[in-house]
Amino acid sequence: MARGTRGPGPHCVTKHDAVEAVWRIESSRVIATLVRLTGDIGQAEDLAQEALVAALEQWPDSGIPKNPGAWLTTVAKRKAIDGWRRKSTLRDKYHSIANEAPDAAAPDDLIRDDLLRLVFISCHPVLTQEARVTLTLRLVGGLSTEEIARAFLVPSPTIGQRVTRAKRTLAAAKVPFEVPDPRELTERLAAVLEVIYLIFNEGYAATAGEDWMRPGLTREALRLGRILANLMPREPEVHGLVALMEFQASRMAARTGPDGSPILLNDQDRTRWDRLQIGRGVASLARADALGRARGPYTLQAALAACHATAPSAAKTDWHLIVALYDALAALNPSPVIDLNRAVAVSMASGPDAGLLAVDRLAGIGALAGYHLLPAVRGDILARLGRWGEARAEFERAASLTRNERERAMLQARADGAPAD
Amino acid sequence: MKYMLMLKADPQNQQDRMPTDEELNAMGRFNEQVIAAGAMLAGEGLHPVETGSWVSYDGEERVVTDGPFAESKELIAGFWILQVASKEEALEWARRIPITSGAVEVRRVFEVEDFNQENEYVQQEVKWREEHEGQGRTA
Repeated sequence: MARGTRGPGPHCVTKHDAVEAVWRIESSRVIATLVRLTGDIGQAEDLAQEALVAALEQWPDSGIPKNPGAWLTTVAKRKAIDGWRRKSTLRDKYHSIANEAPDAAAPDDLIRDDLLRLVFISCHPVLTQEARVTLTLRLVGGLSTEEIARAFLVPSPTIGQRVTRAKRTLAAAKVPFEVPDPRELTERLAAVLEVIYLIFNEGYAATAGEDWMRPGLTREALRLGRILANLMPREPEVHGLVALMEFQASRMAARTGPDGSPILLNDQDRTRWDRLQIGRGVASLARADALGRARGPYTLQAALAACHATAPSAAKTDWHLIVALYDALAALNPSPVIDLNRAVAVSMASGPDAGLLAVDRLAGIGALAGYHLLPAVRGDILARLGRWGEARAEFERAASLTRNERERAMLQARADGAPAD
Repeated sequence: MKYMLMLKADPQNQQDRMPTDEELNAMGRFNEQVIAAGAMLAGEGLHPVETGSWVSYDGEERVVTDGPFAESKELIAGFWILQVASKEEALEWARRIPITSGAVEVRRVFEVEDFNQENEYVQQEVKWREEHEGQGRTA
């Protein structure tokens, strides 16, 4: 479309929604720049908000400017200077802003750095996990309070309070607006990845009493992951996380039956997996591996997910490779849940007898007592061995342990469906 | 939601020449912008229309016709698939495509939720919207 159609005219009215669309694209970078200039997230957001109001007033007549991000930033900077003039803090602050002519668009590299600082401050360790999630969606994702509230199914004022408290905490702790230095980077990056994966999982395995997924949240998490991958292309775990999310999200359409009941991976209709998304997962995993460093936990999980995503069927999956990947993951991150998944893979790679041995060894340790998937997996393997009576007892135990209604119904159905020995 | 931006075949992009460095750089900058915003799902350019073929169907009959074609203006020369929050966002990206003639068609892609209106999440969100209607935007 030609630039000319941006201008005013009978066929081109810039509506409120169009201004909001620009806002979604530009807001994080505008706010990031303003946080650097003011040193305060609350103030930066207020200024950006004033600039948005100005855009809503002016763009319907003038059309959307050629570089709307720079327009918003410039207006916000002018408002900052006006505000400081009225107070007497002008002298100190004016320097930082005057050094950067208000009308000049900041160079791309500077904006990228600011955005990265915004990511790290939003996921700062002084904040609670909940606050990190909210602030990241709001500042980096550009979501409104109401959009976040809708995604988490809580009232808007709750989210508004979370944002206010988080800003106050950051201000009180005098958290600097900076990318962590190399010594801290691994740990701080892990916190950022955790926040993004948490948002993804909240959408993928909705915990709020629901059995369905929240595709909106998984997509926001993926968008945040892709933004971060662009900001930190040399960090393999960022690409690993993006790959993991792409692979998992590619199965969303196949994960539930028409009645909303869960369908296990091996039983899913693979023609319903999103091939385009699997392709993106493969590309992100390759990008992580191409950096030539040892695979971290997200990249290993992505590699596991890739085995499933690229296999033509459950039977034709490379289960030996999956066992090896679980070994690597367990070495990095010892966990009985990983061991249980490994036992399932062993049963697929080397047969149910070997799988049962692995599960029984785990059950003997007692770390998974009360975890419904332990008897569920054991029941599954016993059923494959034709030991139906024992299998039924395990499925019943699993059904009594799960808190998810849909899962309970499925496990009970398996118990009821077991033939007599 | 997903949108597909289809670049229509046009004398400028169908000329028998490779794009200039300037054109390539401008398109590269646009694509970078889309990637940096986390919105790019796919984007490809297609070889000229005349090098393609049509397969037409009539019952069991298949007829293959090679290019060039009479009405090539309606055919696509390239496409992007974008993850966006609204149709307006898709249109805003389309406005930024650095071309100086021709047209881009903006169409929404069907997704799983479009078919799952009965599921509990969709219903829960409908309920949420009803309960919170009129609270207004707080950005």
